[in-house]
Amino acid sequence: MRKELRVDPTACSGHGLCAELLPELITLDEWGYPIIAPGPVPRALDKHVRRAVTDCPVLALKLLPAASR
Amino acid sequence: MNGITQSTALWYASRATGVVSLLLLTGVVLLGMLVNRQGRLPGFPRFVVTGLHRNLSLLAVVFVAVHVLTAIADSYVSIQLIAIVIPFVSSYKPVWLGLGAVSLDLVLALIVTSLLRARMSRRMWRGLHWFSYAAWGSAVVHSLYSSTDLHHGLLLYTAIACWLAVAVAGCWRMAHAGREIPREGRAAATLELMSPGGGPRRGRREAPAARPPGADIR
Amino acid sequence: MTPGTTVPQSAGSRWDQPRGGHRQHSPAQPGQPGGLPRLFPASGAGPVDLRTHLSRFTALPYLGQPGQLIPVLKAAGLTGRGGAAFPVYRKLAAVAEAATRPVVIGNGAEGEPASDKDKSLLWISPHLVLDGLQLAAETVSSAAVGLYVHRNDRLQDQLRAAVAERAAAGLDQVPVEIIDAPPRFLAGEESALASRISGEPAMPRFKPPRVFERGVAGRPTLVHNVETLAHLALIARYGPDWFRGAGTADEPGSMLCTLHQADGRRDVVETQLGTPLRALVHLGPGTQAVLSGGYHGAWLPAADAGQLTLSNADLVPAGSFVGAGVLAALPADRCGIAETARVTRYLALESAGQCGPCFNGLPRIAAALDEVASPRPDPRAVTDMMRWAGLVEGRGACHHPDGTVRFVRSALQVFREEIRLHTQGRCADPARRPFLPLPAQTAMDAADWN
Repeated sequence: MRKELRVDPTACSGHGLCAELLPELITLDEWGYPIIAPGPVPRALDKHVRRAVTDCPVLALKLLPAASR
Repeated sequence: MNGITQSTALWYASRATGVVSLLLLTGVVLLGMLVNRQGRLPGFPRFVVTGLHRNLSLLAVVFVAVHVLTAIADSYVSIQLIAIVIPFVSSYKPVWLGLGAVSLDLVLALIVTSLLRARMSRRMWRGLHWFSYAAWGSAVVHSLYSSTDLHHGLLLYTAIACWLAVAVAGCWRMAHAGREIPREGRAAATLELMSPGGGPRRGRREAPAARPPGADIR
Repeated sequence: MTPGTTVPQSAGSRWDQPRGGHRQHSPAQPGQPGGLPRLFPASGAGPVDLRTHLSRFTALPYLGQPGQLIPVLKAAGLTGRGGAAFPVYRKLAAVAEAATRPVVIGNGAEGEPASDKDKSLLWISPHLVLDGLQLAAETVSSAAVGLYVHRNDRLQDQLRAAVAERAAAGLDQVPVEIIDAPPRFLAGEESALASRISGEPAMPRFKPPRVFERGVAGRPTLVHNVETLAHLALIARYGPDWFRGAGTADEPGSMLCTLHQADGRRDVVETQLGTPLRALVHLGPGTQAVLSGGYHGAWLPAADAGQLTLSNADLVPAGSFVGAGVLAALPADRCGIAETARVTRYLALESAGQCGPCFNGLPRIAAALDEVASPRPDPRAVTDMMRWAGLVEGRGACHHPDGTVRFVRSALQVFREEIRLHTQGRCADPARRPFLPLPAQTAMDAADWN
């Protein structure tokens, strides 16, 4: 089952690395917080997604099973 | 003759890698503060700051390892292997070398906990990571008194530069921590920013900025 | 808090008269299909003590086995009365399956300032709620039960006394702890409740995990609104068919509503789902709009409201919802935008401040509304507001930004004419007299979330 990329907004403090490392899926809003494209992560981006998740200074990015809201 | 030359080479290697380790650790501490303040190195993307912080810390461990192993291997002074990690048990300069062991222990703990960050609570990781200042501090005292290298010349100036850099950056970091608005006050602070005085605002409008003026509201 | 007049109902009565004075049919007998009132006593406004409760309803009908109540509740079609209207049997089933011993919490925080029904229910009929708690605990095999109550010393003391009385009479299988809820709008949000009861500030958490998986102290937690528990206690006694004797086929049963009339009267009434709104709030020429669903609900023009019933089937397509049953009529001589601006400012200040989009977006939206509520507002205020509304929706850990945006969007729609007046420097009420209820104090520091 493909996973979905989501951000824990209570942990996120708007560092913005994720948007640099994964511009295909993440853009920053006018306050510096990530807007993530919804839906399962495309297979081709797996490596970049994993890096973005690991590199977030506060570990706010999470890979979760789809439809876990 | 041979033994003295070999010993001297190892001793020099230890001192040299020691200096590099101190420089690397200083860099790591400075970069760590930069990550926390969400700053950047001019001209580079943000992920460079975190990447450099992590990679330099790993490099520092390598240099510390060489520093420590060459000191042990060197036969001019006798330092037991165990003294690397257990502080204050060395027969040669127990206190000053002991502080080096303290620093190494802390650095290893910091790196291991950071690699396992996803498996612990955010609060626990943050609490442990504060020991990075203790790791740097004990390394500084260790470097100052384990040999007289840092007491004169270029190395003295290098050491002073390291202390000043961390001191200044540390003050800047504390000042910002003091000004940081706790989460329960953030909405009120933003509202104040948008309509000072608490009432309907007339006159000057504020264009939304990419980096909001109330940057401390984070 | 008095329950006010109950709206007498029986299946098939006609609803073409606006609510005028007080009308009483013969007091409903408990167990009589469709008979209202169910949750409140037929007459009188005082609290129902244990003796009266037992004589009216007989003893608490424990089923003897966990899980037995679930098919009964499924047949009854009881949905949550806290606002989300989630099927009750499904929550119970999910928690009943939990591997570790679950926690059961009755949610009486009622953080919505315009809602009084939970406090009223706890004051008047605490034993129905406490019965429901015991039955829910038995159903999910829980040994840890709590009642999370809005901060009100008198009410909490009264509840502690009720619990003690039941303990002395040996009625309760599980002891009940009364837990204080801070007076925050978000205090009753499920995960905020779980945080608070776990000893932290009452702030929402990111999901997953949901509280039924990991809630209080990491344990599976069943959270039900206190009114839901009261209905549950009655269904256990009288069965699903009795429950379905009121309401509609898709939305069965009765519910408590907090009604704010245009003349300032404020009542809690019990009514059945499907009741026309005009039978609940007076919709004459003196009313311009109706707010349905509380401060996370939506405004409806009075004319539209006159055609709708208290049901999600009618209200959701109209952009609103039933929610926790708050209905407020806005007098014609008030400014709907100013009222919305006041409330939105309150909602912004009630942000927990955890999520960037929320604590950045809501105050900006509130400030923009203040601008629109002023004479000759800057035309960019509305466009900015719409942009910010789009930016905050769905991007918080809870639904505070979503609900606030729904409320604001409905105001921009319903009070379009008022906005037009403002651009000409006119207003229905330049004095901006406040109408909707708001607490005097908002959160100032960390202690206010504990």
